[in-house]
Amino acid sequence: MKVAICDFGAGNVRSVLAAFARLGADACVADAAEAVAAAGLAVLPGVGSAASAMAALRERGLDEALRVRIAAAKPVLGICLGLQLALEHTDEDGGVEGLALLPGRAMRLREGRVPRIGWAPVDPGGEAYYFAHSYAAETPAASATSEGIVAAARAGSFVGVQFHPEKSGAAGARFLERCLSPA
Amino acid sequence: MPLPRLIPCLDVAAGRVVKGIRFRGLRDVGDPVELGAAYSDAGADELVYLDVKATLEGRPALLALVARVADQLAIPFTVGGGVRCADDGASLLQAGADKVAVNSAALDRPALISELAHLLGSQAVVVAIDAAGGQVRTRAGTAATGREAVDWAREAQDRGAGELLLTSIDADGTRAGYDLELTAAVAGAVSVPVIASGGAGGARHVADALEVAQAALLASILHEQPERLASLRQELRGLGVPLRDVA
Repeated sequence: MKVAICDFGAGNVRSVLAAFARLGADACVADAAEAVAAAGLAVLPGVGSAASAMAALRERGLDEALRVRIAAAKPVLGICLGLQLALEHTDEDGGVEGLALLPGRAMRLREGRVPRIGWAPVDPGGEAYYFAHSYAAETPAASATSEGIVAAARAGSFVGVQFHPEKSGAAGARFLERCLSPA
Repeated sequence: MPLPRLIPCLDVAAGRVVKGIRFRGLRDVGDPVELGAAYSDAGADELVYLDVKATLEGRPALLALVARVADQLAIPFTVGGGVRCADDGASLLQAGADKVAVNSAALDRPALISELAHLLGSQAVVVAIDAAGGQVRTRAGTAATGREAVDWAREAQDRGAGELLLTSIDADGTRAGYDLELTAAVAGAVSVPVIASGGAGGARHVADALEVAQAALLASILHEQPERLASLRQELRGLGVPLRDVA
């Protein structure tokens, strides 16, 4: 399956690309709408600030390319900020409108040490994945949680995860493998 | 809270793992990617690569190393040494690092922390603090700053640091245990995660440090031997420390 990793200047594009390459996937970095539209799986990664990421997505027409994919029921995987940007709104950077690929908003974490950094179990399943975030999704589309925080969400052909599968060792690799071969 | 983390630290120079007292008598002890991968297999939660020379001429080698690590390892890693401006940090992240650590450069110019946080996000900015007698020291611990460690920790957090790597120079190399008093004082003064460093001689020390800090840096206790990490993890589990399942 051809995997297109949306490049909008986010820091972890290389790590995500490497993780898919380790699984033998035909993955490439894409900064053009055509490549994102054509792929079997489009990945929206993300580290950094919501406002600059959204601006860069719009500038490259990737926002529309992702919406078209979802309308056509083609799979999109959002990782960390990629999940938060897919919501209707994020409170980060004074408030930013998201892609609205799924309902809900990203809000600043209120409990524990922030940023929330480290490995934490995700339910259902109980496997530990690596998290590094200060905001988290509040969404009715949640499909998994970690310590009460939304760890994954799903709406139509969109799947978003708050953790970093590309940095989550063997558990992360198994997750990405499942994304490559949906049941 | 996420699970407590064990973070092996690898000193590197010119693309190789080195061993020695800071700048003196550096000895080549292996390949950073191979050793990092072995630590990852042995259950490291993260890694820190510290460029102990941090020279301008050494930057291409460091960036090439970071790219190799990112391509081959599936755990997060921090790179420290020689980050003087936000662009230095950005190039390390573009090469594949997850976080950058700053120490002396942030003491020289505290605005560096906010510049890095703005460009990379706080989760990617680690401020390393070396302290002796509760006071911050700079230039690899060789020079006093006259600042209280707790005050500098608070300022670093306020400026956007997402994590603090706290090394006790008093405890470092003693193998008599982490400086729990200092670590607890700093962890109590900030709301970001704190990584304890310096003084580990055995599993009990690491377990004690993980009671007050969110992570423990492991340097000389491992002797560049991944099997030591595996046995340390077992001992820690025996002491009731909730480490993650690796497989």
